[in-house]
Amino acid sequence: MAIIELKGVSKNFGGLRAVDNVSFKVQEGEIFGLIGPNGSGKTTIFNLISHFFPVSAGQVIFAGTDITRLKTHQICALGVGRTFQVVRPLKRMTVLDNVISSAFLRADGMRRAREQAEKWLDFCNLTPYSGQLARGLPIASRKRLEIARALATAPKVLLLDETAAGLNPGELDEAIELIKKIRESGVTILIVEHIMKVIMSISDRIHCINHGQTIAEGEPRDVAKDPKVIEAYLGHGGGGHA
Amino acid sequence: MKSNRVALAALLGLIALPLVVREPYFQHLMIMVLLWVTIGTGWNLLAGYTGQVSFGAAAFFGVGAYTAGLLSFHLGVSAWWGLALGGVVAVLVGFPFGWIAFPLRGAYFALGSLALGEVMRQLATIWESFTQGMMGVLIMPTFLSKLPYYYIALALAAGSVLVVRLVLGSRLGYYFISIREDQDAAMSIGINTTKYKMISLSLHAFLTGTAGALYMNYMGFIDPHVVFSLHDISIMAILVGIVGGVGTVYGPAVGAFIMVALQEVFRSAGFGALEALSKAIGGGFMAGLTKYVSQAHVLAFGILVVVVIMVLPNGLVGDWRKVSRLFKRAS
Repeated sequence: MAIIELKGVSKNFGGLRAVDNVSFKVQEGEIFGLIGPNGSGKTTIFNLISHFFPVSAGQVIFAGTDITRLKTHQICALGVGRTFQVVRPLKRMTVLDNVISSAFLRADGMRRAREQAEKWLDFCNLTPYSGQLARGLPIASRKRLEIARALATAPKVLLLDETAAGLNPGELDEAIELIKKIRESGVTILIVEHIMKVIMSISDRIHCINHGQTIAEGEPRDVAKDPKVIEAYLGHGGGGHA
Repeated sequence: MKSNRVALAALLGLIALPLVVREPYFQHLMIMVLLWVTIGTGWNLLAGYTGQVSFGAAAFFGVGAYTAGLLSFHLGVSAWWGLALGGVVAVLVGFPFGWIAFPLRGAYFALGSLALGEVMRQLATIWESFTQGMMGVLIMPTFLSKLPYYYIALALAAGSVLVVRLVLGSRLGYYFISIREDQDAAMSIGINTTKYKMISLSLHAFLTGTAGALYMNYMGFIDPHVVFSLHDISIMAILVGIVGGVGTVYGPAVGAFIMVALQEVFRSAGFGALEALSKAIGGGFMAGLTKYVSQAHVLAFGILVVVVIMVLPNGLVGDWRKVSRLFKRAS
């Protein structure tokens, strides 16, 4: 069964159709990549799934339940975690407290929340930063803090929004390792990513959009060869170098 | 922990204080300080920890005061029942307000709370058949001595600080601070932000309303301009928080002491020092100055806030390290 399903989802911002009749199914246990040029509507789709704003048309289904009208915190409580493209740490809290705040969703009492938080910090290799204020972290660690915080809500699906953007090559490899490790722990991943090295190497399937519309879906190899995808990224007359 | 020991010592000192200082005038000032500790601490929970700046403390303070006063006035019930109910009624007023205002963020919530205070003041003024309007409400105080009021105010102040400490060590505190730091991030980790903002508002309303009810019992007289005052209650609550330290446990307690002391220095023109001086020197200049100084406390508060924000943006308690360094350099 599909764990996340979009059925004909559209979003209008005034006269602009940011997302236009997009449908896809994410299967349980897979890493599903969402790609497209800048401004094609990827982050908007994330914001529609987690209901940061309402859809204009269509339905979002999570594990058989219609979550289109649920509020953001209810969607999280059902088991959909997310990170933000522009990281949003709780700045004047320590790294540990950031994750404790989200562990409280499932944990009863301070001690349990703390145990859970420490477990996820360790999972994301953040334990050395545990006592630091979140605002002082370097970008790579902030990105991992976003992930640790989302994981501490015990999601069944994790929406990762450009987790690898702004990382150097070494950090990139660590990020890829972490994403694989999350999948192995049984969490389904829906990922938006610009860096082709990342998205092509980890995704099981890829869905490509341009101007809010679906232009291709399939295995990474096939999507990369799709002429429409190449055209979207490189423009007319582009060669086969995607 | 060091702060625990300081707090405990301060509490013991406050318990012993009225046994040493028997002057009713100073006992009165200390009761006002303790009331402001309660109000400032409640304001700090909502504004300092949850990030929702309230200009509406007067609404809850006045509602608590009127609850106690009118219960006694209309029904002949002891105004002490009002002490139990004042906070509850303030919460009931806060609920519909929060429901309307919390979808608004930032400055809009602050403006809404400002309006709430003014609405309540107008209501108390206009609804004469119920509130006596500008005539105010007069009740007979229960005790002649100030001691019972002092200890009730102390219990209330200590209780409110304790509430903040308990909240901070629990899920509530983590959720409040998450909302303050980033509402969208808070929602994304499963926090029902509206619900927790309502809880924070209710705590603010309850503590402030209870303080208002105690004020009624203690002073024996209230009118709309006193208890719903924008600058003497709502703004004062903010000043207590800012001077002491927004988002610090003991900040409002320190801020309350400073603000009440400062207000009194101006009101009494240096505890009568200026007046004595002007008599000694003679002439109209000093007498005029005295009059202006005693009316200038609002101006002085304004200057104080500007200075505090520039020098100690986190308040006396929040920037204690900076303050203690200054002292060390001076000595």
